[in-house]
Amino acid sequence: MAASSVAASELLQNINKHISILYPKASYVIRRISTSRQRSDSQPQLRVKSAPKQLVGVVGLEVHAQINSNTKLFSGSSVRFSAPPNSLVSPFDASLPGTLPVLNTRCVEAAVMTALALNCTINRTSLFDRKHYFYADLPTGYQITQQRRPIAVDGFLAYSFLGGKKRNQVIKRTVSIKQIQLEQDSGKSLHDDLRSQTLIDLNRAGVGLMELVMEPDMSCGEEAAAAVGELQLILQTLGTCQGNMSEGQLRVDANVSVHEPGEPLGIRTEVKNINSIRYLAKAIDYEIQRQIAVLQRGGTVQSQTRAFDSKSGETVPMRDKEGLQDYRFMPEPNLPPLIVYEDNASLPSGIDACQAVVVQEIREALPELPAVKRERLVQTYGLLPEHSFTLVNEDGLLEYFEAVLKATKKEPRKVIGWVTNELVGHLKQQDMSVSQSPIAPSALAELLELQETGHISSSAARRVFQEMWRSPGKTALQIIQEQDLGLVSDTAQLHSICQEVLDSHPDEVNAIRGGNKKVLNKLMGLVQRETKGRADPVLVRKIIQEKTS
Amino acid sequence: MSVVNLAVKRSCRGVSLKSCNLLANDGYSITNEEIFHRRRKIFMQSHNTHVTRLLSSRPLNSKVPDAATWEPVPEDQLPPPIHIPADLVDQLERLALVDFRTKQGLACLEKAIRFADQLHAVDTSGVEPMDSVLEDRSLNLREDAVTEGDCAEELLQLSKHTVEEYFVAPPGNIPLPTREERATILRHSEL
Repeated sequence: MAASSVAASELLQNINKHISILYPKASYVIRRISTSRQRSDSQPQLRVKSAPKQLVGVVGLEVHAQINSNTKLFSGSSVRFSAPPNSLVSPFDASLPGTLPVLNTRCVEAAVMTALALNCTINRTSLFDRKHYFYADLPTGYQITQQRRPIAVDGFLAYSFLGGKKRNQVIKRTVSIKQIQLEQDSGKSLHDDLRSQTLIDLNRAGVGLMELVMEPDMSCGEEAAAAVGELQLILQTLGTCQGNMSEGQLRVDANVSVHEPGEPLGIRTEVKNINSIRYLAKAIDYEIQRQIAVLQRGGTVQSQTRAFDSKSGETVPMRDKEGLQDYRFMPEPNLPPLIVYEDNASLPSGIDACQAVVVQEIREALPELPAVKRERLVQTYGLLPEHSFTLVNEDGLLEYFEAVLKATKKEPRKVIGWVTNELVGHLKQQDMSVSQSPIAPSALAELLELQETGHISSSAARRVFQEMWRSPGKTALQIIQEQDLGLVSDTAQLHSICQEVLDSHPDEVNAIRGGNKKVLNKLMGLVQRETKGRADPVLVRKIIQEKTS
Repeated sequence: MSVVNLAVKRSCRGVSLKSCNLLANDGYSITNEEIFHRRRKIFMQSHNTHVTRLLSSRPLNSKVPDAATWEPVPEDQLPPPIHIPADLVDQLERLALVDFRTKQGLACLEKAIRFADQLHAVDTSGVEPMDSVLEDRSLNLREDAVTEGDCAEELLQLSKHTVEEYFVAPPGNIPLPTREERATILRHSEL
């Protein structure tokens, strides 16, 4: 019901827009008339509506990405996390009278590069605006942003995630990027409730941000988390943002609403205060369920800003700073329009080369993006898509994998399991990064080579791996010799072990003789247990087959 | 501000000498000499780059008159005067964090609006709107190298209240008086 009346009012608003363009002065009166008509008209229609369909979530994201630059957007003071308070502040950042903004080339280039990676159209000319609001960590009383004409528009982010029952099915999605705009970050406030005061640190004030506005193309927390994960990876690959959410380099606000598919969007809430990708998914899914519950109880969703409480896993309403929000946008008078040039040929004569941002140069400098890299891995190494995800998403893992490949003749498809299961498993267990691995790629390659050439069985190789992890510095060969893990291929020795096993399991022997060949595997397992997994499986099979035929 | 002056600026898009220190937007510490140097550089640059705009931006051929001239607009050419309702005063005070809820304050605001009403008399038909006289100039870009900062002590000296190396502000935004409170104060000022 709420949804369809929103539809009606949206429609009427559109009509009003047209009317107000034609008759600007008459718009107010007409709007009042039409709203009252809308109410009386829409009621009967709603009653004949069929039973409610399933409500689904609609999610749009606003991402603030701190630009990875040496200095701030408009001043020459440095950008650093956790420096002494107010040590990274210039008179401009503190908003002293007489100071003027000077745009940082690096920030423009970072925004253009990010926009290109996200398939955006770069606006040759973009404009800066002032957005006014009062808060103590914003000393000017306004933020310089790009409201009317941002640096880039109309892009998309392709992302995928593993879904399906076994989580091994690659599900591909895209989300539209409405715009990317350059803007200033604010300072930080520390609230001291005891003494009823706020401490202000302006170190972050004026740091360059890229605000990415996504269209509401997503439907759940998992999709949003996957999209942000991919965006984070792209930004890190480009080097335009370090992407650390816990340090606030990447901040995500989620606009969440629910509706019946095919109906106009419902009333949305904005969820803030999300500082990890996992919490993003949790916060969105909680908010969708909360809104569905409100509507099913017959209530209405209120348009509000909510914060995610990571302890309880809930979203709670945030106290509004000020009920009335009028940002009084106005053109920034101290900054002429920002012009970027397509290529060197389009540069106006006489322009200083270091003053010009050339799109073509940035396009050529784009590194291989994660999606392309994954595709290449699947193609060149014959890997499964889910393996390419692990390789690319884990920092340094791909380099590790390729280093192992270089040092062994083992097929990539056989190496990948060792890297994504054994190595990553051990790393995750101890919360370590790939670079901290006690086993170097060359050491793993040596182990795999020993397995490949038949010196050790795969189960013994696993034990050697564990030992190598525990005592770094020891080579695979040393461990094999020390623990006597080498493959037993002495036929006479294996014959006697097999005979012992067969003698103590007459029932199984009879079963095999009766035609149940599967029991053979059980006996093979018993032989391996006797030899601590060191018996040559091909040889053991042959011997048991001979003895039971 | 003179209406005539504004009209001239709009129709020919000239750039006055005065506005050029904005072009040199290179922070706060520009000496006069530097400004002069920059002006020259910028003018040379713009002269080279904006060939399509002949006659514009020439330092010695400014389209802006040296002195402002006045031509008061007769009352009958202006739209009817606007009176400020109490709600609007509330909103403006909230936005600007400035108190002006006295009779004099309101009169001053209405006078300012009346002054700006003169802009309605300017014929802008066929003139493309512009944000600033600098809008066809290229924006000065800066290299990403640290040149400032590390002056917390000097900056904190300017603040009335500090704690350690922090500025101190009141908690949140200061709540403004409600409309009823405001009305009482207004009544007082009328007496």
